[in-house]
Amino acid sequence: MNPSPEAGAKCEVLFTVNGEAKNVLAHPMERLLDVLRNELELTGTKEGCGEGECGSCSVLLDGMLVNSCLVPVAQASGASIVTIEGMSAHALMHPLQEAFLECGGAQCGICTPGMILAALHLLEKKPEPALADIREGLAGNLCRCTGYMQIFEAVARAARRRVRK
Amino acid sequence: MRSDPAEYRLVSPGNLQAVLSLLAGEPAQWLPIAGGTDLMVLYSAGKLPNRKLINIWNIPELRQIEVFPDRIRIGAACTYTALREHDIVSREFPLLAIAASWTGGIANQNRGTLGGNIANASPAADSLPALLVYDAELTLISVRGERRVDYRSFHTGYKQTALGADELIRDISLPRRFSGYVSHARKVGTRNAQAISKVCLAALGQIANGTIRDVRLALGSVAPVPLRLNETEQALSGKRIEPSLIDAARKNVVKEIRPIDDIRSTARYRAVVAGNLVAEFLEKLAAAEANT
Repeated sequence: MNPSPEAGAKCEVLFTVNGEAKNVLAHPMERLLDVLRNELELTGTKEGCGEGECGSCSVLLDGMLVNSCLVPVAQASGASIVTIEGMSAHALMHPLQEAFLECGGAQCGICTPGMILAALHLLEKKPEPALADIREGLAGNLCRCTGYMQIFEAVARAARRRVRK
Repeated sequence: MRSDPAEYRLVSPGNLQAVLSLLAGEPAQWLPIAGGTDLMVLYSAGKLPNRKLINIWNIPELRQIEVFPDRIRIGAACTYTALREHDIVSREFPLLAIAASWTGGIANQNRGTLGGNIANASPAADSLPALLVYDAELTLISVRGERRVDYRSFHTGYKQTALGADELIRDISLPRRFSGYVSHARKVGTRNAQAISKVCLAALGQIANGTIRDVRLALGSVAPVPLRLNETEQALSGKRIEPSLIDAARKNVVKEIRPIDDIRSTARYRAVVAGNLVAEFLEKLAAAEANT
């Protein structure tokens, strides 16, 4: 990207999204969330609060869970991003997605993409999480439907399956 | 009203010297942005007055934790996650690692930085009381050179700091002499993750033969700045921990703090809780000796 664009100038941002190289023209302070949804039409990433409190817009940025509403797109330049659309391969659900479905871990679905990415990030760091780890790993993601228990159960189930494989 | 991104600049020089040159060229015009967990909230709400931002997220020297025999030096753009995962920080500075685990949720810990917490200067910040009790020293850097500032004198008023208009916080240095201390960290809030504290405490103490040799107490959310309780500490130093001392400490704490009513709590509640947290620590300190 151009290191010193003028005010009002858009900059070219090159990054990898769900394994595909992307090149977008955007204002550097545009939120990664808006670029994903509006430019790349990846609307699986949801906006909840827009201030980093609810976790609905969670994505992985170079393997790190982030709230995409708090990332200026210029800071994602050169990064590798995973959104919920990148979780399933060839129309096959990811084991976490399967477990959420089986356990009733999703109702209205607004928090679900963020929950699943937070869970993926947790399992990458802790493949055999205790309930306390799951609670902590998802503490930044708010759900107003399920009461959380089904979500915790889904993550625990997916973890058991992953470890067994 | 949401901000229009077209009205903002964000430049990304990629090295420290270029960042400092920009800051020096137009002092107070450029605002450094690291993980954005505070600034992007203001920006999204249309409340960020600065229109010119400098990306410091990609400056490698600000992201290092260096370990020396007598101190550790934490780059200002180290994240809470980096602090939590660092072996020496967790072992020798547990109050800082615990406070990092309270800050936001995992996604915010992956982006929020210690230097950002200091520069943002919220009296409710969870990690700042820990820096006060560990005798942190800040290195402030500008094109004019660098200077060291005792962290205890950094916050000069509500959201006011000693940082010059052309300066950047480069690192936070902590002396490695607190591993023998009993430490105690408590956050009182509506929930651990995300919720901002009503009151939080970082405390360190050393006790020998029933007598307090050294005690260090700092509270968040009870004054315009993160507060070290100098007078309460003095009143405790050299004394035996007894019920009457604990009662006196509670009264001292209430005299020393200046809590307010706000959306999260009331001054009265905060005063009672602040006294309780210090009392709880003193009981823990007494029990620690009884158990050894």
